[in-house]
Amino acid sequence: MKYISLTLVALYFSIISSFAQTSKRDSVPYEKTKLKFEQADLVNSYYHQDGNNSAVTGGIGTEKLTDFSNTFDLRMSRYGKTGLKHTYNFELGVDTYTSASSDKIDPTTITSPSYSDVRVYPSLSWDIANEQKGHSFGFNVSASAEFDYTSIGGGVHYSKSTADKNTEFDFKLNAFFDTWKVILPVELRAPENYGAGGYLQNDRAPRNSFSAAFSLSQVFGKNFQGLLMFEPAYQQGLLATRYQRVYFKDALNNQPRAELLPEQRVKFPIGARLNYFLGDQVILRTFLRYYSDNWGISSQTAEIETAIKLSPFASVSPFYRYYQQSESDYFATYGQHSLTEEFYSSDYDLSKFNSNYYGAGLRFAPPAGVLGISRISMIELRYGHYTRTNGLNSNILSMNLRFK
Amino acid sequence: MKKLFPLAILLASLFGLSSCSNLKAYEKIKLKDAEMELGARTAEKFEQNFQLYREGSSGANGGKSGGGCGCN
Repeated sequence: MKYISLTLVALYFSIISSFAQTSKRDSVPYEKTKLKFEQADLVNSYYHQDGNNSAVTGGIGTEKLTDFSNTFDLRMSRYGKTGLKHTYNFELGVDTYTSASSDKIDPTTITSPSYSDVRVYPSLSWDIANEQKGHSFGFNVSASAEFDYTSIGGGVHYSKSTADKNTEFDFKLNAFFDTWKVILPVELRAPENYGAGGYLQNDRAPRNSFSAAFSLSQVFGKNFQGLLMFEPAYQQGLLATRYQRVYFKDALNNQPRAELLPEQRVKFPIGARLNYFLGDQVILRTFLRYYSDNWGISSQTAEIETAIKLSPFASVSPFYRYYQQSESDYFATYGQHSLTEEFYSSDYDLSKFNSNYYGAGLRFAPPAGVLGISRISMIELRYGHYTRTNGLNSNILSMNLRFK
Repeated sequence: MKKLFPLAILLASLFGLSSCSNLKAYEKIKLKDAEMELGARTAEKFEQNFQLYREGSSGANGGKSGGGCGCN
């Protein structure tokens, strides 16, 4: 991964150098300009979790998982002849993970191929803004590939702000067309052991996701602003994870089946952010969300972060997030499902639980650049600890380097 | 949905009162602070990802609402 990170940094500097001689936009309106580098972000994170409710082994067993994630995001812009601003974003992400529970898909091997995987996901977006009229529209395309899962996505968005820029409305439509190569637990791959319904080993199963996001942001005062977002989503296709086992109370010889869930899901999340600048040194950042879906899950999320400015260029930000959800209609613990049920899962991500997530961030954005390197305009480090009432806990460490 | 109702009333009131505010550009210095941005921090990107995987709900937070990966 060190190699991948260094490659991303090298890619960044090569692109920067190619635009180093770009001329600045002069004061003449509507003059077409060359493509100009605006900003780049390199984000790395290390995530580790542990627990004892692995869905691969029917809701019992280790959930140990380690993930190392990296993205490089490059933003460039230019003005067209008509005065419209064109902004281009390119992002490349690479995640690698190792999962002890995925290794149990085929426990007869010492370490199966499913023990680890790499996910690569590039995306590109193009935004066209009329800064004088305060509206913009744009497009985005994305792709993602990992061992058993591929995705192609696309979307459009439109935003409009008022003349005083105190209110902005934003609308987005997104679609993902995914394909899942079905992998069953090793003992269920023979048709006679397969159970009822669903996709078979090596089937190519579709999973399509569509979402619409409506958001309204509003300035309430000199130090107070908020955002309201509603984002209904619809998913269709293989929504179960077929290599997850489910054990039944009435099965012969305790024979498991592969997880089976409805092939449609409708989600209704509504969220709000309220940010308040308290005095000259403290910023309160809050987030609230209510969520409901047709699988019987409803959840509430509340989050608060306090950014304390140690100087104009440095801040520390302790944060706390509380989350609670109800149980899905299709969830039961190990050995509690009945063979008469149409759908079944022992995935504890669908169970009833509360979670607490807390930690802190450190942000430095010195005017002379981080460590005196003018190109590196900001560094942010964050650490978070996550606990779930059913025993799962995790830690995540993230770093964001910003280049300008 | 009952739990959502008070939240909706509070937010509707706040956004309704917003017409009282008519700030000029020079009065927005604090609002333009990088940490006042109305979105998740860039450094939070992967925190939102693991929450998407480990929790049954998603969306309306600036992150993904589903699809694009082998997650919910």
